[in-house]
Amino acid sequence: MPTATIPAPPLLDSLPEGSVEVVEGLDQPTWIVRRDALAQVARQLRDDPETQFDLLLDLCGVDYPDRDERFEAVYHLYSLPRAARLRLKVPVLEDDPVLPSLIDVWTAADWFEREAWDMFGLRFEGHPNLRRILTHEAFQGHPLRKDYDPARRWILTEDKIYKPNPQPTGSESVDDMFERMTINIGPSHPAMHGTFRVVATLDGEVIVASEVEIGYLHRCFEKMAETHTWQQVIPYTDRLNYCSSFINNVAYCRTVEKLMGIEAPPRAVWAQMILSEFSRIMDHCVCNGSTLVDTGALTNFWYMFQPREEIYGLLEACCGARLTVSACRIGGLLEDLPPDFEARCRHLLETVPEFIDDVDKVVTKNRIWLDRSVGVAAISAEEAVDHGWTGPCLRASGVDYDVRRAYPYDLYGEVDFEVPVFQGGDVFDRYRMRMEEIHQSLSIIRQLLDRGMPDGPYIVDDPHVALPPKEDAYNQMEAMIYHFKLIMDGIQVPPGELYHMVEGANGELGFYVISDGSGKPYRIKVRPPCFPIMASFSHLMQGGTISDAIATLGGLNIIAGELER
Amino acid sequence: MSVALAAMLAKIGLWVAVLLAVTPVMAWVERRGSAMIQDRLGPNRVGPLGLLQALADAVKFLFKEDLTPSAADKPLYYLAPALAVVPALTTFVVLPFGPEIEVGGETVKLLVADVESGVLLFLALASLGVYTLVLAGYSSNNKYSLLGSVRAAAQMISYELALTLSVVAALVPVGSFRLDEVVLYQVEGTWLGFLPHWNVFPQFLGFLIFLVAAFAETNRLPFDLPEAESELVAGYHTEYSSMKFALFFMGEYMAMATLSALAATLFFGGWHFPGIDYTGHWAIVALKGFSVLFAKVAAFMLLFVWVRWTFPRFRFDQLLRLGWKVLLPLAILNLVVIAALTIGGVL
Amino acid sequence: MANYLPILVFILVAVLFLAASLIAARLLRDAGMGRTNREPYECGNEPETLALDHRFSIRYYLIAVLFVIFDVETVFLFPWAVMFDQLALFGFIEMMIFIAILVVGYIYVWKRGALNWA
Repeated sequence: MPTATIPAPPLLDSLPEGSVEVVEGLDQPTWIVRRDALAQVARQLRDDPETQFDLLLDLCGVDYPDRDERFEAVYHLYSLPRAARLRLKVPVLEDDPVLPSLIDVWTAADWFEREAWDMFGLRFEGHPNLRRILTHEAFQGHPLRKDYDPARRWILTEDKIYKPNPQPTGSESVDDMFERMTINIGPSHPAMHGTFRVVATLDGEVIVASEVEIGYLHRCFEKMAETHTWQQVIPYTDRLNYCSSFINNVAYCRTVEKLMGIEAPPRAVWAQMILSEFSRIMDHCVCNGSTLVDTGALTNFWYMFQPREEIYGLLEACCGARLTVSACRIGGLLEDLPPDFEARCRHLLETVPEFIDDVDKVVTKNRIWLDRSVGVAAISAEEAVDHGWTGPCLRASGVDYDVRRAYPYDLYGEVDFEVPVFQGGDVFDRYRMRMEEIHQSLSIIRQLLDRGMPDGPYIVDDPHVALPPKEDAYNQMEAMIYHFKLIMDGIQVPPGELYHMVEGANGELGFYVISDGSGKPYRIKVRPPCFPIMASFSHLMQGGTISDAIATLGGLNIIAGELER
Repeated sequence: MSVALAAMLAKIGLWVAVLLAVTPVMAWVERRGSAMIQDRLGPNRVGPLGLLQALADAVKFLFKEDLTPSAADKPLYYLAPALAVVPALTTFVVLPFGPEIEVGGETVKLLVADVESGVLLFLALASLGVYTLVLAGYSSNNKYSLLGSVRAAAQMISYELALTLSVVAALVPVGSFRLDEVVLYQVEGTWLGFLPHWNVFPQFLGFLIFLVAAFAETNRLPFDLPEAESELVAGYHTEYSSMKFALFFMGEYMAMATLSALAATLFFGGWHFPGIDYTGHWAIVALKGFSVLFAKVAAFMLLFVWVRWTFPRFRFDQLLRLGWKVLLPLAILNLVVIAALTIGGVL
Repeated sequence: MANYLPILVFILVAVLFLAASLIAARLLRDAGMGRTNREPYECGNEPETLALDHRFSIRYYLIAVLFVIFDVETVFLFPWAVMFDQLALFGFIEMMIFIAILVVGYIYVWKRGALNWA
């Protein structure tokens, strides 16, 4: 694992004493920054050649009611050139929860700051559009504050609702305005896969300005997680990116395991990698299938969904569920693998490529598809990084960043795979990227199968973490007590905080968890890969046509469950 | 009743029956065909092989709630679906489906209306189709419908030019608007001694232009922009439901049949097929002619289905570029070449 | 003119079919759900403006104008095509000049960018 070398604060000599305090985090260096110094620190961290933190991964609030400075804004930064991570914490007072907006430093801060405002009431000074983002305008209070009662109900009416009316900037004649039409695309629209809404102002077919409204599928996952035990959170993670729910399971369980200092047994890790890669294939199939169906190539949708169907069969054999699998447990797997696991995987390795190749033959060189996708909604590497993109969409713009390669977790350091990178950053390259990644995932699975299934348990042999076998729970006193304790009190995670990430199907899927040792998560923040991507949709669509917008949206792989949590 | 009158009524009856049957049959073909292409089953529950599915759908349409948007322009809103069906049905009057036959001592032409204007009438009626789309989208007073209808208008008039020019080129060697004479021109002789004397051989470019333009005129993929369900919800007929929606549906298939029949007649010898003997009892002759034409139309319809489930959709600017910058110059070139070949005595 | 009579009959049949199906639907259909159902569909949002409150973009008109120009030209081609034999070489040359003028106009329109969308 590349070591993170962050130069010490001399960089910030010009700042007043005590502006930055360096602490060692469990996982990555953490700086506690005073809010007055934040803007300057952030700018220097981005621009200084020694640091170059060009990617703002995540921004969230945390509420500590017992502290003097009640709220804390937590920034997770990543430096692509230095492969280094850094966490910034900015404490603010309850009476004065104001921070400078970092939207000028990282454009990605836009929606993250809106979310922190919505959830915690942190005010970001200088943010041009600090509105609620996930909750309704008529909602009162800030739901993720510890003193917010989840049982409260609000009457949400349409009176106070914000009515977007995007207009292009610059001077225009009255005639121009009159020819424009503002149209709602979504939430109930055939191409809005999930429920969100794009309000676009059109000149003919051309989008001259647009605004994205989300929040239609917000379930406040993070609030629910705080009232459940650590294991009970697992089913909620299924519903983040529901196209590849298994990867979410793995990401969450790994994070908690790391915090507890335990490791899943090799058999579980091996199976989790295989199933994660299969889930990635499914996710890419859904994404490319829906991109194609949005451009009118309906047949490919079926070709793409067939492998997904077959992979669901494998997941079903492993855990009984298909879409929302909840197949992982902290410390391993839900149950042992079925006896024909390897045979099923081998069978899939043969059948899946057939369907993918069919689509490849029908579409990849089709002139109409090329015309529709090459150069459409192109984004440069710098812009993509500035907007906080990760995953296939970022790699399609030419940035070689894959968590599996940069921070090889599980066995990714031991298998041989390529991280494909394309330069165009357009719809076509995003499509090609996913097709290529499907082949890479298949290769990873093949190598893992060739290594052979490791023997041993499928979950850690620790009665404080893993449930005892049913047989023992019924017949042995000790096992029954452990069973009772685990069910009633849950796993006891030691106090601490940690950010851990895996390569999700559409980017870096990170979990930032804080435990206070109470048996329930104190705070869980998901870093949803599609959130910053969706935030830049208006920017991408500027000057495109309505058809481009639809074609682009499919290829960005926006999953509403993950976007809005 | 005179033979002429009886023949006329019989011919009208035949065409009406065939055309009304086009939609249910094609709906079935389309759904089963797409299912075959897409590796699934398709409707297979109503009747054997799902053949009665269209009937069940028709019943469903009849019982569906019929919404008229409050903001709609009512007269136009009702007129649009009517316009979808009537002209599309009527175009077939000038289409010959067999050689002249002798019935009871009288000569009967196997076409409904033997008029001088022939092709012109056909094109005039077929191009009324654009009004359907424009009026439907405009009168619905819905933004998606409106976008669909302005797209439709721009698309259909753009491709109408290329379509018309390719038809003109096909008429040059024949020298008549009458479609029965167009067929007769193709019946006699051969090309190079072994190919049937069909227009498609010397005018292959013209045929391609006609075919592409026909896809655009019928709003089928890859030219289904006025409908473009993933972009415009349902385009011009977003606000239509119940039987009014069904009429658009019928209109689309009839328009497909219309242009398929025109393609078969102009370029593929209409009712003629080499090796078939068109003499003998009048009923047999008529049946042979009709069957051949029917087979050719069916082949085109299958092509329509096949293409729809294979290609993605154009974007609006690409569609206009293809129409204006590729097809139009090609169509003019085609016309000039055909005229030159004709004057040179080659055709 | 008698030859056109069948067309009239045909249209009559088509209209009868239309009337029959619409009337049948009207007799059988569901009564309807009321006001919100009859709002213009805009993806579940109450529309702020109606479609016809706006003018369409001028670009669509441009296509229509071009069509009118070129379509009128093609109308002249029809009689020429049918009388091709009689007009012979004279007609051919005549029409080539006509088409040449048309093509000049076409090239002009192309160069001016009128055929470019967006």
